[in-house]
Amino acid sequence: MARVVVDVMLKPEILDPQGQAILGACGRLGFEAVSEVRQGKRFEVEIDGEVGEDRLDDIRRLAETLLANPVIEDFELRVE
Amino acid sequence: MTARVGVVTFPGSLDDRDAARAVRIAGAEPVALWHGDADLKGVDAVILPGGFSYGDYLRCGAIARFAPIMAELVPPARSGELPVLGICNGFQILCESHLLPGALTRNRSLHFINRDQRLRIESAGTAWTNRYLPGQEILVVLKSGEGNYVAAPETLDELERSGRVVARYVGTAPNGSQRDIAGISNEHGNIVGLMPHPEHAVEELTGPSVDGLGFFTSLVARVTEASPAPAGTG
Repeated sequence: MARVVVDVMLKPEILDPQGQAILGACGRLGFEAVSEVRQGKRFEVEIDGEVGEDRLDDIRRLAETLLANPVIEDFELRVE
Repeated sequence: MTARVGVVTFPGSLDDRDAARAVRIAGAEPVALWHGDADLKGVDAVILPGGFSYGDYLRCGAIARFAPIMAELVPPARSGELPVLGICNGFQILCESHLLPGALTRNRSLHFINRDQRLRIESAGTAWTNRYLPGQEILVVLKSGEGNYVAAPETLDELERSGRVVARYVGTAPNGSQRDIAGISNEHGNIVGLMPHPEHAVEELTGPSVDGLGFFTSLVARVTEASPAPAGTG
């Protein structure tokens, strides 16, 4: 069994009010060095068998159609 | 003929009954449609109601997009045949389905907004707004946490240029929507997505106005005009 991790982040030009709220809390908690926070999602996709190029392409399609909304989000895949 | 308007219920839909009620008040017949049935029951138009389909899991509307009923709805909607109104969560579903451009994201303030809201109808050329006058201001209900409309600048320019901005918030958009956009349509004008709720403004007793009724009477007018009256009836 293998695991493919899909990280989904809002595109840089899309406002991330949740990240900004976290940034505000960082300041209040004394983490002054923190200058920016962006919040994203991490999906752990378990795969039966080996992860070849074909299987990875499947997961990429899954990410494009369901896990991420390409209108507002970017995603990255990696095999763990 | 009486227009038959389908109202889809997804798990987590909240406003399907209010939408059906608005349809009835406008003089049409509401038809209950179920997300799990790949059957539009021959309706003349469809409303995707507000609520939290599939608990808003993943992204609002992201799971509902793949419901069996959507596989039936998307082709005739995309071709311009089937009028579809997506209200609130329904608007989110239409964007996730790529029937409308852009996306709806978390309100800029992070707060859920629940209030009476003035809108300006910008386009009276759609299946759902032909009973309004361009520039007419209406008072309806806004209640959403993820109503912040975003799209690429060139998409926004194209929407403006082609008259597909259907409604704007009067004053500043309370949720941060780009160019104060509250609703848009597709290029055929049969699909409209609207973040605020016209179906909650159709009766004096329960709404802030009856201004929302125009969306439903517009559809009735569209369906009635599109179909010739049967012979022998007046």
